[in-house]
Amino acid sequence: MTANKPKIEARHLDFYYGSKKALKDINLLCYENRVTAIIGPSGCGKSTFIRTLNRMNDVIPGAKVDGQILLDGESIRSPKVDVVDIRKKVGMVFQKPNPFPKSIFDNAAYGLRVNGLRNRDKIAEIVERSLTEAALWDEVKDRLDENAFALSGGQQQRLCIARALAVEPEVILFDEPCSAIDPIATAKIEDLIQRLKSKYTVVIVTHNMQQAARVSDYTAFLMMGELIEFGETERIFTAPSNKLTEDYITGRFG
Amino acid sequence: MRLRNAAKKKIVQVAGFFLLRVCLYLVLAVLILFLYDVGKKGGGAISWEFLSQAPRRGMTEGGIFPAIVGTFLVTLLTAALSIPLGMFTAIYLNEYARQTRITRIIRLSIRNLSGVPSIVYGLFGVILFVNILKFGTSILSAGLTLGLMTLPWTITAGEEALKTIPNSYREGALALGATKWQSIRTNVLPYALPGMLTGTVLGLARAAGETAPIMFTGAAFSLPLLPKSLGDQFMALPYHLYIMATQHHDIAKVRPLAYGTALVLIVFVLGMNMAAVVLRYRLRRKRR
Repeated sequence: MTANKPKIEARHLDFYYGSKKALKDINLLCYENRVTAIIGPSGCGKSTFIRTLNRMNDVIPGAKVDGQILLDGESIRSPKVDVVDIRKKVGMVFQKPNPFPKSIFDNAAYGLRVNGLRNRDKIAEIVERSLTEAALWDEVKDRLDENAFALSGGQQQRLCIARALAVEPEVILFDEPCSAIDPIATAKIEDLIQRLKSKYTVVIVTHNMQQAARVSDYTAFLMMGELIEFGETERIFTAPSNKLTEDYITGRFG
Repeated sequence: MRLRNAAKKKIVQVAGFFLLRVCLYLVLAVLILFLYDVGKKGGGAISWEFLSQAPRRGMTEGGIFPAIVGTFLVTLLTAALSIPLGMFTAIYLNEYARQTRITRIIRLSIRNLSGVPSIVYGLFGVILFVNILKFGTSILSAGLTLGLMTLPWTITAGEEALKTIPNSYREGALALGATKWQSIRTNVLPYALPGMLTGTVLGLARAAGETAPIMFTGAAFSLPLLPKSLGDQFMALPYHLYIMATQHHDIAKVRPLAYGTALVLIVFVLGMNMAAVVLRYRLRRKRR
């Protein structure tokens, strides 16, 4: 393991939906080539937080952000920055598998095509590499022309991961990626996330504390829009310093 | 007690289904009776001569060819105006416009416009296109008037079709670095298009059967010749039918011809509706 280098940094981050404050003064580091898990009870702001990291909340009417989010030390919200570039660098996998109603191949190639890649051989090459990286290639290599909806839920989610990998991001955000799929498929995706961190920085929102303990290096506990505790996963789960964290991870509420 | 409850539920269920079925059959019966009546009384008038020749002797003889051509042309013009304008408006309203009070008012106005009686559109067309813009009573004025009338339907149908596309398609594309327009063009429009087009064609079919908007703006009582340019007057099936049924000096004599005209108009409109269904089916299948 190399030394911990901050990849993403949130500084005094506030977030509002209209007049409702959803995130309050969040200060958080996500280290390069590490998995950072965000846990907390429903409605605590986990998804809101992760969606500010690739500016997905830009599209929500009435949303407002204060504070800073730095990617490699540079603000992702400065007027000089093109949001499209941010989203290429910071990929995202959503809660429900959301393949497009296109073929498996076209799904994996979507990001490449919208980013202007036209060379067919190159596209085919990257599609194969991404599907392999997402541990899906062997299952779909003979039916790349089939509609992605024909895949099982777990396969669809791995396809969505492959689709995100194809764009060669630096960071991948997972927003409760396993909440809509079965335990076996979940195990595959957790395994995949573990392997992805050698190349990418991973941030994962999860409802499942065992999952956070299994896959992450760092854990942040959020409650009511506030960051209660942040630290190495092992410490958070064995010796939390905050009473609220302890209550949550021991299942006393949430 | 429990048994009686179950029996009661079952009776209610059976009675409910029966009632729903009766309603359906009633509606179907009216439609079939109507088509049968028009078919029987108008079928005799249909001949090659009727379809291919102009009216003669004060419309007591001859055919309705100029009216068929006129209705076809004016519908085409209506489509040329309302399809692009309606679709782009729908895309703007649903995908780009922020949900502010102004857009709510605009949307409400559009819904209200679709309920404005067609005669009002006709009078508006006379003022704007015929008089102010000096297009005269012409196929152009009539087409523009019908185009305006169908716009609210086209926009509404377009918006409804766009609303059926899950937000996850848009967000998924944006998250991969697509621009907003790219996400709409490649991941929303292809899937919304069947619905948008179907709604549009249904609107056009309604426009094709309208009399009021064209009677002051371009439709002629009787013309031996076909229109040569957009500035010419034209004959149209619905207006022709209206004249034959109410304005003719010898209504009884031309009744079979009126029924024949009605039959042709119905076939024209039903044909467009069928085309909409086929179009949707084909586009859907291609996408799946």
